[in-house]
Amino acid sequence: MIWTIVTKELRTLFASPLAWVVLAFLQIILAWIFLTRVDYFLTIQAQLARVPNAPGLTEIVVVPMFGIASIVLLMSVPLLTMRLVAEERRNQTMTMLMSAPISMTQIVLGKFFATLAFLAIVGGLIALMGLSLLLGGRLDLGLIAANLLGLLLLTGSFAAIGLFVSCLTTQPVVAAIGTLAAFLVLWLANIAASDPDSPLHLLSLLKHFENFINGSIAVADLIYFALLTAAFLILSIRRLDADRLRA
Amino acid sequence: MTTTASSELTVSAQALTRTYGAHRAVRDVSIELRRGEVLGLLGPNGAGKTTTMQMLTGNLAPTSGEVRICGIDLIDLPTKAKSRIGYLPEVPPLYRELKVDEYLRLAGRLHKLRKSALGPAVERVRNRCGLVDMGKRLIGSLSKGFQQRVGIAQAIIHDPDVIILDEPTVGLDPNQIREIRALIRDLGRDHSVMLSTHILPEVEAVCDRVQILHRGEVVFNDSIAGLKQFRGGQSLQIGLRNPPPLTELNGVAADAEIDAINANLFRVCPRSGIDPTDALVRAAVERKWGLYLLQPALASLEEVFVQLTHREDDQSERASE
Repeated sequence: MIWTIVTKELRTLFASPLAWVVLAFLQIILAWIFLTRVDYFLTIQAQLARVPNAPGLTEIVVVPMFGIASIVLLMSVPLLTMRLVAEERRNQTMTMLMSAPISMTQIVLGKFFATLAFLAIVGGLIALMGLSLLLGGRLDLGLIAANLLGLLLLTGSFAAIGLFVSCLTTQPVVAAIGTLAAFLVLWLANIAASDPDSPLHLLSLLKHFENFINGSIAVADLIYFALLTAAFLILSIRRLDADRLRA
Repeated sequence: MTTTASSELTVSAQALTRTYGAHRAVRDVSIELRRGEVLGLLGPNGAGKTTTMQMLTGNLAPTSGEVRICGIDLIDLPTKAKSRIGYLPEVPPLYRELKVDEYLRLAGRLHKLRKSALGPAVERVRNRCGLVDMGKRLIGSLSKGFQQRVGIAQAIIHDPDVIILDEPTVGLDPNQIREIRALIRDLGRDHSVMLSTHILPEVEAVCDRVQILHRGEVVFNDSIAGLKQFRGGQSLQIGLRNPPPLTELNGVAADAEIDAINANLFRVCPRSGIDPTDALVRAAVERKWGLYLLQPALASLEEVFVQLTHREDDQSERASE
């Protein structure tokens, strides 16, 4: 049943121009970054050869792409998640899902995995662009894998938060703005704390994502993203159930 | 379209109540529906029809009361009970960006139809709802009438035991209304159908039984014949161009009570079982009264409501018997 919702969400997502615009926009930005970074690498390649333990092709070209992608997705995921529930409410199509013999959990998970599938396409395209360098060079595949995993976990928690905010309103635009605000707060939570030991650092999405960028996969970061995602999915289910009770 | 007490009970709702804060939208509504029966839920806007239907379909949790669909408790086993229901809400839940076939297949999959059963099911409902050539059209480009049909099609794609239609004929032209009514009567043969409306003739045209809601309470629950009886039974309205004095009229129809509505129009209510129509027509021709109108004097919906709300106490006594 979850699969039915996933295919339905992807079908309606790709029926609108939004998904294509986001994909095209991301590809243009990342392709441009990719080319400038490759150019930069070629100019400094001779100097790098003389430095012991110098950063390689992966660190200079591929990793910055994932960093940029995380920022671009931070701004575009709200556009993808805003419609998930808010638009269904506004178009009164939510009734169809609520009347069908499926549980709220299945509805929420279906919508979440559909968004995640879209984000996986984005991540896959970035990885493919990086892997194209294998034609003429050597890459640190482990580092790319860590970056890709980090990006998926990060955007997975984006999707869960966006889904929850979309459950709160009937106005997709309000959902988008609310989601963006929530992302920025979580993203920048560490800026507010000047003390490096402040617990606010634990909250910051950026801090946890940075570890993946550097190629270290820590259990603490995995748990952080898993908890964040699960918490907002459960909140979404509760919110939709409350709809039925309160309406 | 006859109903027998022995046919299977498909919907049983007991003492449904729904409050929004201090406001009671629905109070103590009980509904029973059997297979092969069409029930009309009649009431003015804001009477609680939609709220009641939302509770019966699991879209809204009742504040108190219980709903059983084919014996399955809707609150304990929601997914199992919901698979027996087809629901068309007031606004059809249509994904405008999908094609009709895509949408109907989605509806079928949501109702757990097997992949092999999807194609034939879509074909069947398209035929039934007059959507034969519409399969490849985008729902957003269809007219209101066709969108309404797609809405009905998604409600019956899984061949449910109970079909609940919220104002199925709103916004349709007279031809489409006739087709939809024929479809509902057809569905009522082997399913249980419940529909809401605020149009009295519609209930009389398609339903076997009627429940009238007023301010969230059931004020009338009877068969269509009972409703007709209640609306005025045998009364007649008679129009005469050259009316005789009232006493002369009373002489012709001795058993009936006659009131003048205006100078030319009279209401005739037979007191005994004797129908005064023949006597009145004969006298009108013989004495040149200029008969130009003779029709059953049925009360309008508004008048029914006035009467119902006046005799509410009386009715609740009868219902508790």
